[in-house]
Amino acid sequence: MAAKQIKIALAGNPNSGKTTIFNSITGTRQKVGNWPGVTVEKKEGQVHKFGYNLKIIDLPGTYSLTPYSIEEIVARDFILDEQPDVVIDIIDASNLERSLYLATQIRELDCKVLFALNMHDVARARGITIDADKMSQLLDVPVVFTVGNKNEGVDVLLEKAVELARSDVQLPRTRRVKYSKDIEKCIENYKDYIENTVGDQLPYNSRWTAIKLLEDDKILQDRIKEKTGLKAPEILEQAEIHRSHIRNFFDEEPEIIFTDERYGFIAGIVKEVMTTSTLQRVDISRNIDLVLTNRFLGFPIFIFFIWAMFQLTFTIGAYPMEWIEDGISSFSGFLATVVPDGLFKDLLIDGIIAGVGAVIVFLPNILILFFCIALFEDTGYMSRAAFLMDKVMHMIGLHGKSFIPMLMGFGCSVPAIMATRTLESEKDRILTILITPFMSCSARLPIYIVLAGTFFPKSAGTVIFSIYIGGIVMAIIMGRLLRSTLLRGMDAPFVMELPPYRVPMLKSLVIHMWDRAKMFLKKMGGIILIGSVIIWFLSSFPKNIDYSKDYIKQIEAEKQTYEKTISMADEDRLLQHKNEHERAIEKLQQEKRIEATEKSYIGQIGKAIEPVFAPLGIDWRGSVALLTGFVAKEIVVSTLGVLYAAGDDESEALKHALKQSGMTPLSALGMMFFVLLYVPCLATVATIRKETFSWGWAIFSVIYSTLLAWITAFVIYQGGMLLGF
Amino acid sequence: MNSFSTKAGSESRLSDLKEGQSGRIVRIGGHGALRRRLLEMGFLKGTQVYVEKYAPLKDPLELIIKGYHISLRVEEATQVILDNVRQELSNGRETN
Repeated sequence: MAAKQIKIALAGNPNSGKTTIFNSITGTRQKVGNWPGVTVEKKEGQVHKFGYNLKIIDLPGTYSLTPYSIEEIVARDFILDEQPDVVIDIIDASNLERSLYLATQIRELDCKVLFALNMHDVARARGITIDADKMSQLLDVPVVFTVGNKNEGVDVLLEKAVELARSDVQLPRTRRVKYSKDIEKCIENYKDYIENTVGDQLPYNSRWTAIKLLEDDKILQDRIKEKTGLKAPEILEQAEIHRSHIRNFFDEEPEIIFTDERYGFIAGIVKEVMTTSTLQRVDISRNIDLVLTNRFLGFPIFIFFIWAMFQLTFTIGAYPMEWIEDGISSFSGFLATVVPDGLFKDLLIDGIIAGVGAVIVFLPNILILFFCIALFEDTGYMSRAAFLMDKVMHMIGLHGKSFIPMLMGFGCSVPAIMATRTLESEKDRILTILITPFMSCSARLPIYIVLAGTFFPKSAGTVIFSIYIGGIVMAIIMGRLLRSTLLRGMDAPFVMELPPYRVPMLKSLVIHMWDRAKMFLKKMGGIILIGSVIIWFLSSFPKNIDYSKDYIKQIEAEKQTYEKTISMADEDRLLQHKNEHERAIEKLQQEKRIEATEKSYIGQIGKAIEPVFAPLGIDWRGSVALLTGFVAKEIVVSTLGVLYAAGDDESEALKHALKQSGMTPLSALGMMFFVLLYVPCLATVATIRKETFSWGWAIFSVIYSTLLAWITAFVIYQGGMLLGF
Repeated sequence: MNSFSTKAGSESRLSDLKEGQSGRIVRIGGHGALRRRLLEMGFLKGTQVYVEKYAPLKDPLELIIKGYHISLRVEEATQVILDNVRQELSNGRETN
């Protein structure tokens, strides 16, 4: 017989140590995904204990269940609709009063709830003692002490949860969150009214429904309309009558009164259960902040941390990157010897391995970057970074926390976009996702180096620098524009807790990092694979090209001439002949390659879209290169290399060929800006789609950035010409 | 209404306070999400607030309320009206 399943939901404030407890229960057996339809992270884990299958769900951390933010809606709907067997509310014992606000709200939902007084060691160190028995008595809820990061009390907590799930506690309970007499009368009144009108049609318990409707809860109003149909208008009207009654009586909005009263109730509880000794102690966290958010030192230290993060990512990351590159090339070398020649071999080596390999080399970078981010988050420094940067980011209409993803964009857009998960407001998140790709990622740098090096040999550095600045300026302009048009709306309140600094736990850092890596790897198996195969197909078909010359015959002929020459040549000129011969063969093969590319589907597409790029001064070869750059910017330079007949990517030959091709400094500048602004790569598009949960935003991002790129390049090229450059 | 006020017109906005000053909340202005959020975070009438510091760019500011640290934008802090504003001698912990 299969073990019975018990569903346990973890709720709690952000920074209450909820995730630590979740990690310590589930370890690495956790599944990270999204809640249906929204970008809020959902974590689940399974454990077998006490003869049961325990399914643990980590609800988003919230301060309240007022359905203002997505996190709050997600958490509340889960408790209401999925009806977990037990809800564990993690309470930060050192922050009892505020934590109890959420706790009373959960308590009002009339589910089976259990309180975990977490981090009570910290509380004790602060001179706070909490009488758990009394609290349990007053609220009619089991209370357990835990210290998540030391794994203390977690087993007891689970045991109690299972016990509670199996017991038949009477719901609704008699002891409850109490309001003042006048409010209670109003609630009772309205509750009776609802029960009499729609009674059995109510989806949730009547007292809670009454309270929420009196608080003007929009989501519940909709739900009531759905469930009670024709009677809904009457119910809502009655709510409004009761609300205006409260409003008149207290001279204040009812929802404010309810919040106030809940805190009043909490104050009563706190007074009963908590004693604070006047222990003098050093507040370490505050002392750290004396330095880290210091008026003068704050920024330099912040910049140093960011610099260190990048150093770590790109210097240490370079070693494993090299190993992976070597591994891939020896693997494809091995396959080349094993797999028989043919189409399948080409597909495997030139398509799949080359394509996926080009992206998978970033795995070490991504791992290190995410380790650092997790470190910032888990220590509590992230909210300090937001505190420092908020003023700057607010100018673009963004939250201080948006700074980190945007900064990471200079490394790689993919982890940068994944890092927007730390933002709470969905609009902020989408806006940040849309402008982060303008931070010039490292894959674009080689393109600038070739183009700027060729056309601006004396001032290449300045040109490249101004392109980076151009990206930042564009991000600011587009940020403001999008904020005032598509993503208009209330700036989410900044109101952000600055939690005490904490020593991070390695385990949770690693879990954090591994979650991201998994997501990244999954993408490799999906969209990148398909994209690489498509590009490979387009550039290597059709196979039966009608070549203008018979290259095979010419190469044969060249070989024969060579044989003949060396058979008669002097001993000392042999080497020279050999070199000449190799050069000739190379030249023929290259011509063949160019022609093959030119006549392949991708070449045909390039020629077809040439008119689009002509006003930018970019010919069909540039068009093809930009087209392949859609898959990954790493490909652009090698495509240019192939098309402009230079064997080696960045050699002098390519520069020479570029100069001869009719490209001018002006069109090169335009092309660089085009590269800066249009979609960084397929992986980015896939990430945008995944993180915004919609193809709509992904496609929008592709179109708007490409349009912007075209317009900018057009203005540079045509404007420059008009000005006579 | 408030007999506790020491001077005439002693109500002031939280955003007018300097580092190291504290006050007692009289009311929260504004409306909608911000107002509700502030109340839920414990910005209730009668609660003590201590201004820990301003960010290096003078915005946002860090406060201590109900024993924890929280940060608000100056713009948001204008909605919090205080009285009994005074300079704290040592740190803000004992104000609550």
